[in-house]
Amino acid sequence: MNIAWYLLLLPLLIAAVNHLLFSKQHTIASLLSTASAIVTFGIAVSLLGSTASPESYSWIRVGSWSLDIGIALDPLSTGMMIVVTGVGMLVHLFSLAYMKDDSAKARFFTGLSLFMFSMTGIVLANNFIMTFVFWELVGLSSYLLIGHWYQKDSAADASKKAFLTNRIGDFGFMIGILLLWNITGTFSFAEMKLPEGLATGALVAALLCIFCGAVGKSAQLPLHVWLPDAMEGPTPVSALIHAATMVAAGVYMLFRVQVSLGVDCFANDAGTVISWIGGITSLVAALMATQQDDIKRILAYSTLSQLGYMVMTVGLGAGDAGMFHLFTHAWFKALLFLGSGAVIFACHHEQDIWKMGGLLKKMPITGITFFLGYAALIAVPFVTSGFWSKEEILSAAYHHNKALFWIAVFVAFLTTFYMTRLFVVAFLGKTKSDHADHAHEVGPLMYVPLVILAVMALFSASKLGGLDIAAKLSAIRPEAQHHDSLVLIASISTLVLGLLCGFVLYRGKTKDPLSMALFRERFYIDRLYDNYLVRYFQDAFAAIVHFFDELLINGLLVGGFTRCVQGLGLLVRRTQSGNLQTYAVFLGAGVLLVIYLVVF
Amino acid sequence: MPTLNQYLLVAGLLFAIGLTGVVLRRNIIVVFMCLELMLSAANLTLVAFSRFQPNAAGLPDIHGQMLVFFVITVAAAEVAVGLAIIVALYRSRQTIYTDELTVLKG
Repeated sequence: MNIAWYLLLLPLLIAAVNHLLFSKQHTIASLLSTASAIVTFGIAVSLLGSTASPESYSWIRVGSWSLDIGIALDPLSTGMMIVVTGVGMLVHLFSLAYMKDDSAKARFFTGLSLFMFSMTGIVLANNFIMTFVFWELVGLSSYLLIGHWYQKDSAADASKKAFLTNRIGDFGFMIGILLLWNITGTFSFAEMKLPEGLATGALVAALLCIFCGAVGKSAQLPLHVWLPDAMEGPTPVSALIHAATMVAAGVYMLFRVQVSLGVDCFANDAGTVISWIGGITSLVAALMATQQDDIKRILAYSTLSQLGYMVMTVGLGAGDAGMFHLFTHAWFKALLFLGSGAVIFACHHEQDIWKMGGLLKKMPITGITFFLGYAALIAVPFVTSGFWSKEEILSAAYHHNKALFWIAVFVAFLTTFYMTRLFVVAFLGKTKSDHADHAHEVGPLMYVPLVILAVMALFSASKLGGLDIAAKLSAIRPEAQHHDSLVLIASISTLVLGLLCGFVLYRGKTKDPLSMALFRERFYIDRLYDNYLVRYFQDAFAAIVHFFDELLINGLLVGGFTRCVQGLGLLVRRTQSGNLQTYAVFLGAGVLLVIYLVVF
Repeated sequence: MPTLNQYLLVAGLLFAIGLTGVVLRRNIIVVFMCLELMLSAANLTLVAFSRFQPNAAGLPDIHGQMLVFFVITVAAAEVAVGLAIIVALYRSRQTIYTDELTVLKG
């Protein structure tokens, strides 16, 4: 069996073993999962750049049509596997410390292993049906992990919300897969190509339906509402699933489609819609992030905004820039999330940045690594990885759509602004609460992953020991982007401006000087959904279902039968009078009847 | 000498009295006695038929009288068992009135 199959199946095996054998032995389960993450990372490194896809297995065969379960190895998938297993491994290590005292540690690590299996499946799938199956599986593992602390109502609600919101997107995704199958006649990515003389409308419809899947999974408007709520899960989960890997699956899948169908497949209305949705998401999410107080929520909205960037570039036909950003973003966003996890851990589960402050002095390693992640996210020129990928995105936008370019530039300014706000308030200045006062540096099991991620945050865009993953990821490029000086000027000036605004406004403050209810309340979108969509659609539907259930099923079928039997029983039980003489009369009458029947 | 019909009439009366007692009386001992009365009615019928249907030798048909002896023997055993049951019943329930014994009421 090819080694790539081990990469896929090992986490599943570990998840099964953990669940069936070690659901009570927390230490064994957590170590097994971590070991599997390390081994898969080793396999992923050894496979990097390989294009020798292993033999596929036939799954379904109907006449001449067949569906395979197979692994596609190419620069794109192997590069992506480095992200998935690399971040996955570090998150496993971090979780060993972060979840040390959790009462359901084994369940948590089983969930992580299940997630690693599902995510590997999405990345390595060589056909769309497989992608869809694993797509649902990551949804499931995300549900399980968000709801890890299911005793909390908010966590249980958040996991349900994430699952249901994703289902909406996945429904469109499924239709899109079938539409695309109708067009190309195959599910296999390798064999997919657009026929001659195809009507644009059909292609646009198929691509937009497929995009629905990405809207759900990558949390684009209008289905973005689940991602910030998903922060109810444990922080390592937020880092792995809701920042670095799963939410990027939508972008990966879109880019996979672009690679399979040819670069020009998004050069139509579908591309326009996708890029605008991405652009608007990045803008709206960045605006929301400026007024959040929860450290994880700020990062969640930042993730939304960066995902918007990536989706935008895919829509613009420059998916390679998006993949490049996905790659660099995965490292520094995982770093920021794990850093926030360390902060939350040290501050006794305090998440409000206005109750932190001065943490750079209290926890220097976490503080410095967080600072490096922050520098990468706001794209400090030339020294951070984020700069190179953001530059690619901005120049892609500059060449394809000027309006989106200016939106992206404004988002870059907002990113710098809200991240500066976060850093200044939480890490600089004086401590603002007792919890923050008592904070001290976390243990090595937590800061070692942070340090490794910080190194990646700085250097992931450059050639790492000859690996040059970034170049492999964007191996399929439409044209060499030539960088304009305007792009560079715009990005540096937004950086300076954002830093200035952030520092001037938030230095030494103990509460937020700005108060914009619109942004804090997330443009009232969540409330809109709760008050209208949920009430009028979901509740109305629920009422109809309830009516059927209560009246037809319960009242008529189940209840009706029981009432029939009950009535009959009531009637018959009158004969059981319990009176000896009544029985004697019946007996006599019975004898008479028998005699009558026999004799006459 | 009374005719066969007169015998049968008496037997029928006895049976009717017994049945009425079984159905209507509430004291279980009386019910029991009425039950014996019904058996006696049956015995009387058997003996009467045996007496009024002589065989070829002019003697009464012995089979009917044989059956009566069996009935009397079995009835004696039945009385022993029945009375024992009634005593046990009284011990456990402190009553022998049938309308107070309604545990089996559905």
